[in-house]
Amino acid sequence: MMTDDNRDSAARRTFSATARLLSALKLDGPLLVGLGLLTIYALLVQYSASGQSLDTILRTLARVGLGTVAMIALAQSSPNFLRGLAPWLYGVGVVLLLVVDAIGYVGKGAQRWLDVGLIRFQPSEIMKLAVPMLAASFMHERRLPPDWRSLLALAGIILLPVALIAAQPDLGTAVLVFAAGALVILMAGLQWQVITGLALAGAGAAVVGWNFLHDYQRQRIRIFLDPQSDPLGSGYHIIQSQIAIGSGGLFGKGWMNGSQAQLDFLPERSTDFIFAVIGEEFGLLGLIVLLLLYLFIVSRAMFLATQASGTFARLLGSSLALTFFVYVFINAGMVSGLLPVVGVPLPLISYGGTSVVTLLAGFGILMGLYSHRKLVNS
Amino acid sequence: MRIKDQWNEQRIYSSRTFAALVIMGLLSLSLLAKLLYLQVIRHDYYLELSQGNRVRQDPIPASRGLILDRNGRVLVDNEPAFQLELIPEQTPDLPGTLQRLAELKLLEAEDIAPLTRIIHSRRAFDSVPIKLRLTEEEIGRFAVHRYQFQGVELRARQTRHYPYGELGVHALGYVAAVSEDDLDRIDKPGYAGTTLIGKLGVEQAYETQLHGLNGYQQILVNAQGRSVKFQGAYQPDLQAQAPVAGTDLVLAIDLPTQQAAEEALGERRGAVVAIDPTNGDILALVSRPGFDPSMFARGLTRNEYGSMVNNEDKPLLNRALRGAYPSGSTIKPVMALAGLTYNIVDPDRRQFCNGEFHLPGSSHMYREGKGGKHGEVNLVDAVARSCDVYFYGLAAQLGVDRIASFAGQFGIGALTGIDISGEKPGLLPTPEWKKQAFKRPQDQIWFPGETVNFGVGQGYLLVTPLQLAHMVAMLAERGRSFQPRVVMGMRDARGKIIRSDPVAGRGATGISEVNWELVLRGMIGATTYGTAAAISKDARYTIAGKTGTAQVFTVAQNSKYNANTVAERLRDHAWFIAFAPAEAPRIAVSVLVENGGFGASAAAPIARRVMDAYLVGSPPAATTPGAGTP
Repeated sequence: MMTDDNRDSAARRTFSATARLLSALKLDGPLLVGLGLLTIYALLVQYSASGQSLDTILRTLARVGLGTVAMIALAQSSPNFLRGLAPWLYGVGVVLLLVVDAIGYVGKGAQRWLDVGLIRFQPSEIMKLAVPMLAASFMHERRLPPDWRSLLALAGIILLPVALIAAQPDLGTAVLVFAAGALVILMAGLQWQVITGLALAGAGAAVVGWNFLHDYQRQRIRIFLDPQSDPLGSGYHIIQSQIAIGSGGLFGKGWMNGSQAQLDFLPERSTDFIFAVIGEEFGLLGLIVLLLLYLFIVSRAMFLATQASGTFARLLGSSLALTFFVYVFINAGMVSGLLPVVGVPLPLISYGGTSVVTLLAGFGILMGLYSHRKLVNS
Repeated sequence: MRIKDQWNEQRIYSSRTFAALVIMGLLSLSLLAKLLYLQVIRHDYYLELSQGNRVRQDPIPASRGLILDRNGRVLVDNEPAFQLELIPEQTPDLPGTLQRLAELKLLEAEDIAPLTRIIHSRRAFDSVPIKLRLTEEEIGRFAVHRYQFQGVELRARQTRHYPYGELGVHALGYVAAVSEDDLDRIDKPGYAGTTLIGKLGVEQAYETQLHGLNGYQQILVNAQGRSVKFQGAYQPDLQAQAPVAGTDLVLAIDLPTQQAAEEALGERRGAVVAIDPTNGDILALVSRPGFDPSMFARGLTRNEYGSMVNNEDKPLLNRALRGAYPSGSTIKPVMALAGLTYNIVDPDRRQFCNGEFHLPGSSHMYREGKGGKHGEVNLVDAVARSCDVYFYGLAAQLGVDRIASFAGQFGIGALTGIDISGEKPGLLPTPEWKKQAFKRPQDQIWFPGETVNFGVGQGYLLVTPLQLAHMVAMLAERGRSFQPRVVMGMRDARGKIIRSDPVAGRGATGISEVNWELVLRGMIGATTYGTAAAISKDARYTIAGKTGTAQVFTVAQNSKYNANTVAERLRDHAWFIAFAPAEAPRIAVSVLVENGGFGASAAAPIARRVMDAYLVGSPPAATTPGAGTP
């Protein structure tokens, strides 16, 4: 009994020490556990999907490390600091987007990157944070729910960068940036009638907008509606990913045993279509585990947002949490054939890109908003 | 800064958080539903698709059976050759690919359309041969430009080899690329990987046996269609099925006899058929001119094919089976048997032949064939010396119905039932036939004069060389008949020859031994003192034979036929039929030489050489393969 007590108290001591450390760093334990488990899952799947490339694992670890640094750094910042930062971040982001678009126009091709010596950097990633920050900051000073004038201003804040990103063209990121901004408005309590009206207007605009879409974008929508119409061309991606997921069955073919993934039938298998690799190798069970992990992370993030104090903190926090879910849903939906193919990676699982850093930075902001709640109230 | 309603904002925010969680839950459920559909409900379907994705059946063509002569000498075998094959699903731009191959002169431009149809009718993963038997130079040309031709591969396959060239081509047949028409008939999966299919003769008739069963090897392929051993930790379970080689066929044909027949006929147009009368074995089957069968296995160009089809010597025509000619006097032994059997003639009674015959009450003159006079002849002499006047009278007395039914017993006007396809029945004319064959009423009447002509094998009567060989074999066997067969048996995997039993025909019945003996004497007479006396010179066996001369061109009533003045193509066809040894026949031969003139001089020597080759084994000049056209 004595020893049990001792061990028990030792464990308790370790636990409380960890809690103290986390609290000192202004981090949230449960969210960190969720993100950690997801990262381990990501490394497992990436190792298989990349054809056992250790290089891939090391690069991912480096990105996660960079993201963690950003997360810890942003967790220290107060809501007031972030509100002050928002217009500047937004302004710089828009300027960089203009530069990228200009380079792309001159170079007559798609342009998403800025080459800054050591790293290549996507300005559109900044907007994933800057747009909800500025929108939440804008609403912080106004009455909820937003009136028409606020709505118009918010629409401007959101649609300017979305248009610049869509022009790159990068439909996936544009959708995500739009979602991040729109979620702020929705959480701010925009009336359902207005939402319905806007949705109808949006549908009307989509019909008109069809004429302004790039051919490859139209093609993606057509193929989404009928993938079999072009089995060897554009429909190939979605057919092969459905074969991969479907053939995985309940328990999957086993780690590194997915023939679709291992024999190159699945395109973009370690990036945008990695969800299908999980479906093939780990089956429905593996996907449910993944989705539960995601739901846990989103729920914990939502909880942190609801506990935060101030309109800015709550709106920004819940937008960041819900955008994460939108991320998951769009990717899983496109890979399983529920949604058209837009280039959205599976958050924290897909290999590559700067999205890991932005996502972890977003969670850092969330944790900061939560840990600074009492300071604001007092 | 306006006063903010904290309570109201809290309420709005909570309700929106709740709504967001509900929507999130619903979206998650819809995703789960989609995953359940894919991974549980449609799991089997997608599992099969993924299986089909990674595993490709690579066909292993069965080796085509050899064709041997009756003593096991190889007449047709296989040899390796390079060919171009195309896998449709791996060819991104099919029309462009074919177009570029045509530009490289590896395909003929006009072959692209039919080839495209063939490619579309095969399964997407089947390798379709598009150019057979590439030359070294063509292989080089393709190799240099290989990068332009995704989905096209250079593969070593077995192709058909005919070591004796044209020899026996009309019996052996040939193989050619599987055509659109073939695809409608054959079992497509069974022919995956098969390039060549039998088109004529034995190659076609025994296609099933020669083809064998193709095997397959499952191979693991990646998305680019490349074969991979394994990828990552993924270990597949692959199956294979070994091919079963086609059966080796043993022909009844005797190579030296066949060679002798081909050489003897030489450059003349005509046909030789030699049969073993005791069982129907075809010992030699020649139709000339012939053609080189390997041209088809290599793939003919349109020009080559066109020039063969338009050649007025008709090399593609199998004269032995499909050439229909008046029988001329070769029918006389059968006529004699009819006359004896129906008691129309007294064999010992001598009739006077003055070279002319008139039907009672008619001024129309039927001339003796050679324009000569035989003087007094009995039945045996009439056969031996081929006296037309004797048989004009005999036929007139027999009447057309009895002639037709008797000739019919010897297979005239009917298919012999030979085991290769394409034979024609010729024509056994009867009054009933004439009624149906002609439109105008005045043409439908059977005239007595036509019966007279029938008696000497002229007029409407048409026979093929095969039919006459069959007929003379029946004469040799005294009415016993067998279905002629080119294939005698097969050789099993252990090299054991399995002979099939001869198939007996209906035969000719009701003819007495005495009458057989008389006609036999007539036929022996023909080769000893009669029309073909010259051919028995130095023979080490007795020959029974009959000459024949089939008119191509009707000579006017008051003029004489002069071989020298008539154009070559209008000259008479020369026939000779014979069997030997007369007392115990082992070979029956029919020889036709188109526009050869008289049977005795043009056709009979050929028959002698054939019989010598088979009975005596007189050494033919060339027994080595590939010695060129005989």
